[in-house]
Amino acid sequence: SRELFVITYGALVAQLCKDYEKDEDVNTCLDRMGYGIGVRLIDDFLARSAVKKCRSYSETADMIAQVAFKMYLGVTPSVSCSSAAGNEFSLILDKNPLVDFVEELPAERASLCYCNLLCGVIRGALEMVHLAAEVTFLQDRLKGDAVTEIGITFLRKAEDRKQKRN
Amino acid sequence: MADEAVFLLLHNEMVAGLYRAAEQGEGENGRCTTKLESMGFRVGQGLIERFTKDTARFKDELDIMKFICKDFWTTVFKKQIDNLRTNHQGIYVLQDNKFRLLTHMSAGKQYLEHAPKYLAFTCGLIRGGLSNLGIKSIVTAEVSSMPACK
Repeated sequence: SRELFVITYGALVAQLCKDYEKDEDVNTCLDRMGYGIGVRLIDDFLARSAVKKCRSYSETADMIAQVAFKMYLGVTPSVSCSSAAGNEFSLILDKNPLVDFVEELPAERASLCYCNLLCGVIRGALEMVHLAAEVTFLQDRLKGDAVTEIGITFLRKAEDRKQKRN
Repeated sequence: MADEAVFLLLHNEMVAGLYRAAEQGEGENGRCTTKLESMGFRVGQGLIERFTKDTARFKDELDIMKFICKDFWTTVFKKQIDNLRTNHQGIYVLQDNKFRLLTHMSAGKQYLEHAPKYLAFTCGLIRGGLSNLGIKSIVTAEVSSMPACK
């Protein structure tokens, strides 16, 4: 059940906070772990969902928000494109199940990105389908913002490769 | 179920990540197992609170063990414990012939030496659950042939 995952994640973050003094180290560690999960999760996702190939960045972002998030976390973030070039998207989560049991960040951990694992997961999964991207948290409800917002910036490499083949 | 896949992956990453950190830093295997076990302990405590909110009071130790084998194990691993044995003097052996966290690793004796790492979290889980139900315990695990474990 999802509770098991959420509570385990909480225990993991707590343990990492004990092991590493600096918030950046914890964030890096979470991101790295998320990456490892993402590169494997994509196989599971593709096997379960049997979706067709995405033809554009916007389709990919929609796929992540509407199918993947729904499948694994039970929520559907809304997607918005935030750049004219069409390669920057934000996923806006107004309900984040990972923080169901967390009220607020402790004072000495003010720059901890509690859900940094999610960024790593998205990054790892995208890389396995040959889409390089940078994924970061733009807003975080735990830090006082109104919503939680994840920004995905697709880096140009995939597009260039396709053009060269033509 | 999709949830299970995510938890399995997270668990494997946790084990791998902790051991990676240990190799670079202290290099003490024992401490990693302790960390995993204490994480499991916290999770077990939390989970058992949520699961037993609405259930009736347990009559005795055996009742609690049966609850762990049936309901708790089913909620966490989607199956029941295959075999429960006891000597009625405080020692219980729970046997799971297809332990979810080990099924993806091997079906026999390969990688046997790595199995304990993956069981530490679950041992903590049981110990945490029991402790919140009022029982102090020591939980150990034994794997003779994957994916069965006791």
